[in-house]
Amino acid sequence: MSRIEERFAELNQRDQRALIAYVMAGYPNEEATLATVRGQVRGGADIIELGFPFSDPLADGPAIQNAGTVSLRKGAKTGKFFNMVKRIREETEIPLVLMTYTNILYRRGFSEFIADAKRAGIDGCILPDMSIEESGGYLRAAKDHVDTIFLVSPNTSSARIKRIARASSGFLYLVAVFGTTGVKTGVKRYTLDAIKKVKRQTGGRIPVGIGFGVSTPQDVREYVKAGADAVIVGSAYLKIIEDTPERQLESRIYSFTKQLKKETVPD
Amino acid sequence: MRYPKDGRFGEFGGRFIPETLVPAVEELEENYLKFKNDKEFKAELDYYLRVYAGRPTPLYYAKNLSEKLGGARIYLKREDLLHGGAHKINNTLGQALLAKKMRRKRIIAETGAGQHGVATAMACAALGMKAEVYMGSKDTIRQKLNVFRMNLLGAQVHPVGSGSRTLKDAINEAIRDWIANVETTYYLLGSAVGPHPYPVMVRDFQSVIGEEIRSQMRGIGRTPDIVIACVGGGSNAIGTFCPLVETDAEIIGVEAAGRGLESKKHSATLSAGSRGVLHGMMTYLLQDKDGQIAKTHSISAGLDYPGVGPEHSYLKDSRRVMYHAATDGDVVDAFLMLTRTEGIIPALESAHAVAWAIKVARRRRRSESVVVTLSGRGDKDVEEVQNYLNRNVKD
Repeated sequence: MSRIEERFAELNQRDQRALIAYVMAGYPNEEATLATVRGQVRGGADIIELGFPFSDPLADGPAIQNAGTVSLRKGAKTGKFFNMVKRIREETEIPLVLMTYTNILYRRGFSEFIADAKRAGIDGCILPDMSIEESGGYLRAAKDHVDTIFLVSPNTSSARIKRIARASSGFLYLVAVFGTTGVKTGVKRYTLDAIKKVKRQTGGRIPVGIGFGVSTPQDVREYVKAGADAVIVGSAYLKIIEDTPERQLESRIYSFTKQLKKETVPD
Repeated sequence: MRYPKDGRFGEFGGRFIPETLVPAVEELEENYLKFKNDKEFKAELDYYLRVYAGRPTPLYYAKNLSEKLGGARIYLKREDLLHGGAHKINNTLGQALLAKKMRRKRIIAETGAGQHGVATAMACAALGMKAEVYMGSKDTIRQKLNVFRMNLLGAQVHPVGSGSRTLKDAINEAIRDWIANVETTYYLLGSAVGPHPYPVMVRDFQSVIGEEIRSQMRGIGRTPDIVIACVGGGSNAIGTFCPLVETDAEIIGVEAAGRGLESKKHSATLSAGSRGVLHGMMTYLLQDKDGQIAKTHSISAGLDYPGVGPEHSYLKDSRRVMYHAATDGDVVDAFLMLTRTEGIIPALESAHAVAWAIKVARRRRRSESVVVTLSGRGDKDVEEVQNYLNRNVKD
């Protein structure tokens, strides 16, 4: 079992859903990222999603775009990123998932990148521009090394959901809204329907996590109620990082995470 | 013309896109395949191409230029004479008509220099649709007249302030809009790039260029010996090359070497790039060793792009087409030479092809023919050329 699978199994036994907390690596610097992750872990996050910046993040809204731009301007490099992951891994056994774009892996070579990522402590990858049709080389390289977390959308057909779920491991990422990351639209009817549809098509064989625009404890509560196995909060964290002086960062992140996590635990 | 299975040209192309867009590109492909051979659709497109855009465009024997160089006969395919002043209208009419058949009311597009934006605004005005155009905020300043033209034509221009604030960022932003409005919106992409089926669809709409070259050369009892076009994303080039790849013609694509390939200030993706994934396709890219996309430079905004159409990547690797690059200096020289010898002011993009033709024609026999696609006219560039000349006189 992978670290991610183990984590979901443990949570299931306690009848809890997973809180997946995001941070953009190196935004605005490495120490801030480490402080954020510490706050997230202490606050009860179950999985950490680490963003690695790409110059052209076409699935991301302004918050993650901006964080990525800052991180790149400060000199983000793949090699440095792996060193940061190692530092995090020295402190915690929490599952770490990498979110970036296909070209970052392709450029180094899928096998080499995944071997380096795994060695550093990464447990799974999310690539929003990797479609199932193009994923052959990526899947072969990832097999038995890291989980491959694919995305589905509210407009994905039932047949396609099944096909994507079969290629996915760790969890399946359901995009909540038509849009990029970080759009605050409130909880939509079609999203709740999509959760039910995806759960039905996957039949409990893989956990379903929901993300994009999930930013408040209320959002988390509603998605959990609709049947999501995990909720992913991203841009809302970046907003806190942006607004908080560095010495208060860990505690602010801790209390926000705690509020979110509460909604994934049965009363 | 070959329709690539799975959208692959060899290992290039494909569909690297967010899942939300998958139903949209599938629907687009389905409709494109249905309408591309539909009699009524073809007749309607043909009508607009002839009566609205001004096809067929002439194939002009550049006698003065050829004699001055003393080598092969140079023929110019005059896409610069089309409505709007560039080949872009061939594609925008085709796609706008397709969008209309698909009952999409809202059209979005990206533009670099503004030529595709203007051509989109024209096609949409003619067909009674609304266009919104994304344009890098650096380009809205560099090409403010084209912004005004688009506004006059009824299109709304959205400046894009992210990234390098140029064409690649305008494409990112158009794709983000498409993701958010996928159920109502048609994305009218302007070059032979992006996820399948765009590269093949844009190629097909632009192939009228190469088809006319074939029949016009046949009309004067010749076949082209050498064919040359400029390559940014590569839509005029692929439209020129595709109908001719199965002939014996020597085919050459010319990229922007900017201030020289060693300077890193260029846009010569095929000459100096490496494989990667951007804007939904696998293709050659200008990128660093981590896979971050590089900054590009060219004197011509239309070639200022760090990627290239996937079919060009395939044609390069299969060695059917040779790709070279012309520097800003060579391009301005060619611009001036064509203007003075023939009274034709070429777009700076097209002047890259002219620059290479000048180099090649000199070395070839008088009995041989060089066909150059003059993809656009240069009125938009006269200020840029003036600035360049002023700078280089001072230096």
